[in-house]
Amino acid sequence: MTTLGPDRPPSPMRRLAVFLHRHPRLQLRLLLAAPLAWLVLAYFGSLAVLFANAFWRLDSFTGKVLVEPTLANFATLFGTEVYRTLALRTLLMALAVTIACAILAFPVAYYMARIASPRARGVLVVALLMPLWASYLVKVYAWRTMLLGNGVINWLLQPLGLHGPGTGELAMWLVFTYLWLPYMVLPIYVGLERIPGSLLEASADLGARAGFTFRRVVLPLVLPAVVAGSIFTFSLTLGDYITPQLVSNTKLIGNAIYDTLGVPNRPLAAAIATVPVIIIVLYLLAARRTGAFESL
Amino acid sequence: MEESRLVRGGLRVATAVVLLFVYLPLVVIVLYAFNESRVQSWPIVNYSLQWFARAAADGTVRQAFVNSILAASGATAIALVLGSMAAFAVQRFAFFGRETVTFLVVLPIALPGVVTGVALSTTFSTLGIDFGLLTIIVGHATFCVVIAYNNVLARLRRTSRSLEEASMDLGADTWQTFRHVFLPSLRTALISGGLLAFALSFDEVIVTNFTAGPGIDTVPLWVLSAIQRPNALPVVNVVATVLIALSVIPVYFAQRIGGGTAGLTR
Repeated sequence: MTTLGPDRPPSPMRRLAVFLHRHPRLQLRLLLAAPLAWLVLAYFGSLAVLFANAFWRLDSFTGKVLVEPTLANFATLFGTEVYRTLALRTLLMALAVTIACAILAFPVAYYMARIASPRARGVLVVALLMPLWASYLVKVYAWRTMLLGNGVINWLLQPLGLHGPGTGELAMWLVFTYLWLPYMVLPIYVGLERIPGSLLEASADLGARAGFTFRRVVLPLVLPAVVAGSIFTFSLTLGDYITPQLVSNTKLIGNAIYDTLGVPNRPLAAAIATVPVIIIVLYLLAARRTGAFESL
Repeated sequence: MEESRLVRGGLRVATAVVLLFVYLPLVVIVLYAFNESRVQSWPIVNYSLQWFARAAADGTVRQAFVNSILAASGATAIALVLGSMAAFAVQRFAFFGRETVTFLVVLPIALPGVVTGVALSTTFSTLGIDFGLLTIIVGHATFCVVIAYNNVLARLRRTSRSLEEASMDLGADTWQTFRHVFLPSLRTALISGGLLAFALSFDEVIVTNFTAGPGIDTVPLWVLSAIQRPNALPVVNVVATVLIALSVIPVYFAQRIGGGTAGLTR
């Protein structure tokens, strides 16, 4: 190629390229500037504005937000029983959904990673990925239709003399478990696949029975993957206000945030929003200790 | 360790049951799209195609698809540029605070969606920014960046620097190496990352519900409001069926290009 010859006078672009090549630190700064500026302005800036709002006051006559520092919003948050109930219910729901997902996901992931043939494994990964990318709202809507009095669930259960879960916490739990299940299956599958077969053979050679090997070798190795999956199931449940609204008549903390913002009472909504943030930060700190972040 | 036949059989049955659980709602909603009756009750008595024609003629549905495509394209473009830059910086340079950058980029998917939504909404109204398509794009881009970042990072980890060094040794400058060596090696990662970011944005409702202006509907926002109108449900079923069919696209490409579970984190 003629353009590569050294005898051509260097173009400005080329001179810039050479300059950048000699100054890797500058390259790094240029590369990081845009993404970090975006994250800091659009994302962390918004979070900062949100938490500033939590300390501002709402003028109840004009409905305008006044920049006057106050702790009144937090007093309302901690002093009102509804918010305590909602926070506790949301936390318990997130835990119950996470546990249900883990219990359902483990056998599937184990089957995929250790028992299925390579071909069946590929098919199963796709079969579980597809519903993950099927519209969230379509799935919630499908459950809403199925859970109706004259829907599929009651039609299936009627011959057994049973009723569907109705429109309470049980229905919400069922739908959340359904929605977030693939987020749990895939990390556990990847975690199980990474365990070298030689470790399991060594355990067997040393006289361990299958159950013992499972408890003492497989489970400890796959635990970080389970925790990684649980970060998704936990955070997604904490942050959802649409599923509770569509499939049940029970509310979660997210509904309180959305409804309060619509009142409109921006400062109080901001104060309530600190609840899921604190819960997830504590959860992430606990999760980090298990080494789950490497499995994300 | 050899699993006993009992264990293998049990696991096979459990997997089949979970797959049934996963697909039952999708199958039910596709069947309802062909339901002749306006009323959603099971079992379906008569089947018909009439609601597909109704949905195709519905102007609000078409507008929602246009808005969703615009929003997803904008968010994907921002995500690909910023995500690749961050991934390149993290993978190719060792610098003070690299762990922090990694953590900051991933944080938007770890924080609950309602928090992201209320934070953006609060900021837009505090700053007096009008809600519209642009605010939707900003909201989507915050978490789409992570998808692009993860895909590009995974690829960079697997490609060796020696190819680029060889190109430089043979006399190519930084731009030529970027264009002819570096970009082609990243191409499939950019395509699969872009597709997944697009799909994620196309489907997002929890944040969008906070950041959309009045009178602007994306497809999920249209579905959300139509669900609450019993008369609109037959058309919702058709839209839902189309969305289920469309979800095959990102999975197909992610599988063909990236392989495995690259599309997991959202």
